[in-house]
Amino acid sequence: MIALLDFDFMRRALVAAALVGLIAPLIGVFLVQRRLALLGDGMGHVALMGVGLAFLLGTAPIPTAMVTAVLGAFLIEFIRNRSRTAGDVALALLFYGGIAGGVLFASLAPGKASSSLNSYLFGSLSTVAAGDLWALGILAVSVLVILAIFGRELFAVCLDPDIAQVQGIRVRAMSTLMAVLAAIVVVVGMRVVGLLLVSAIMIVPVAAAQQLTRSFRTTAVIAVIIGLISSITGLAGSFYIEVPPGPAIVILALGCFAVLAIVAVPIRRRRKELA
Amino acid sequence: MLMNNSVINIERLCVEFDGEHVLEDVNIEIMAGEFVALLGPNGSGKTTLIRAILGLEHPDHGKITLFGTTLKRFKDWHRIALVPQRLPGASSIPVSVWETVMSGQIRPRSRWRLFSRSEKMSATQALKDVDLWDRRRDRLDALSGGQQRRVLVARALACQADILVMDEPTAGLDSANVAALSLLLAGIKEQGKTIIVVTHELDDIEHLVTRAIVLGASKHQSVGYDGPPPVPGVFAHDHHHHHDAIIDKTPPVVGMQP
Repeated sequence: MIALLDFDFMRRALVAAALVGLIAPLIGVFLVQRRLALLGDGMGHVALMGVGLAFLLGTAPIPTAMVTAVLGAFLIEFIRNRSRTAGDVALALLFYGGIAGGVLFASLAPGKASSSLNSYLFGSLSTVAAGDLWALGILAVSVLVILAIFGRELFAVCLDPDIAQVQGIRVRAMSTLMAVLAAIVVVVGMRVVGLLLVSAIMIVPVAAAQQLTRSFRTTAVIAVIIGLISSITGLAGSFYIEVPPGPAIVILALGCFAVLAIVAVPIRRRRKELA
Repeated sequence: MLMNNSVINIERLCVEFDGEHVLEDVNIEIMAGEFVALLGPNGSGKTTLIRAILGLEHPDHGKITLFGTTLKRFKDWHRIALVPQRLPGASSIPVSVWETVMSGQIRPRSRWRLFSRSEKMSATQALKDVDLWDRRRDRLDALSGGQQRRVLVARALACQADILVMDEPTAGLDSANVAALSLLLAGIKEQGKTIIVVTHELDDIEHLVTRAIVLGASKHQSVGYDGPPPVPGVFAHDHHHHHDAIIDKTPPVVGMQP
């Protein structure tokens, strides 16, 4: 562990991983409840297009990906609102458009941009620059602040959009906010976890936690703990066994899911007996 | 409160789905303190009518006023609470009974603060009123259908709204639960609140109802009957026949005319 912290790039990667492990499950819990588990994936693909565009234009990848992903968030909410049945089709369009655009732009870009695209797909230990860390930190803190203010309204919308509307909550605005938050998480996670796997950190810890919880709040708390454990240990592990961090983190999260699946059986049985 | 105590005013309301008239020329004025039973066969537009009142359905024509303010400008949503017809069903994420009841207290204007003591107190009281306080920590979807409905009733009660709208609140409840609900509604009526109940089974709440509105009578006007429940027991049992009977006997006046 000491050796690992000796490297500047590893310290930065660890902080970046902790940030994504913290905020991703907090957004994921809303996405899963709203049955939009794949929304994060869609956002990831759109962000990929942003990265390709950044290579092509020579701009900074994080802000470019951020702008593209947020535009994608508005676009998908727009399509979802226009026709109810087109929700999954809208996501599919984002998937294909994002990945095709991303690879296309990166291939057109001068130099060896297309080979470094790989590090954005599966994450990399060495790509978090000192300046990036500030950007990621600010994004993560803004997610936490937005959740502190609008979290309950987001919860009400996830629970029952009609009731939420009768309570005076602006359902459409909240849905768009949810998509924008997912977009921010994707961009925060793209450096260390990678765009193809970042949404797994939103969904898998939540899926793992809900096996033994009885309330939304506890699910969120346990999911954050699982997210932090798997992102930090996964990142450290990938340093020692020399694999990309994204897959290592996700496999660990899936491991947590499997362990909790086994642990949950006797707990549920006991609860049933008590009830 | 307004001078004339009108809480809901519906004028010439028309709602169409795909060119099909679901509601046609509906004119209803509801006064504070009324206990309205909204009746009619399936597909007569009962749920659509209450959805329109709550701003969930956009009417093709007509004007709806809540507490003297047009629906478009209406902001005092805390004065209205709804018990929806549909049960939540299996949830992707566990949501506890307590969280469900507290979700009714979430308002845009309270986003800058935590839940207040009085908000928690009214949720506590509401859960005790529906006799589910002991189950507050359980997952909502672990409860039976009847219990889930009681939780939804508790959520609406906890809002302490002036108007309580209930879409089929007795569906899925056994007779003991219906009796308990009717007792609860009697208490709310005592407080001078306005209650609108969409229902098929008037049996246990009939003595509370001060006004009955029957939908689905004619092609050109959705409201077939609007007035006091005429004969005790007339709505009970096979209501399809009795609706016709009421409409035959009573001219479709009462309430207000445009």
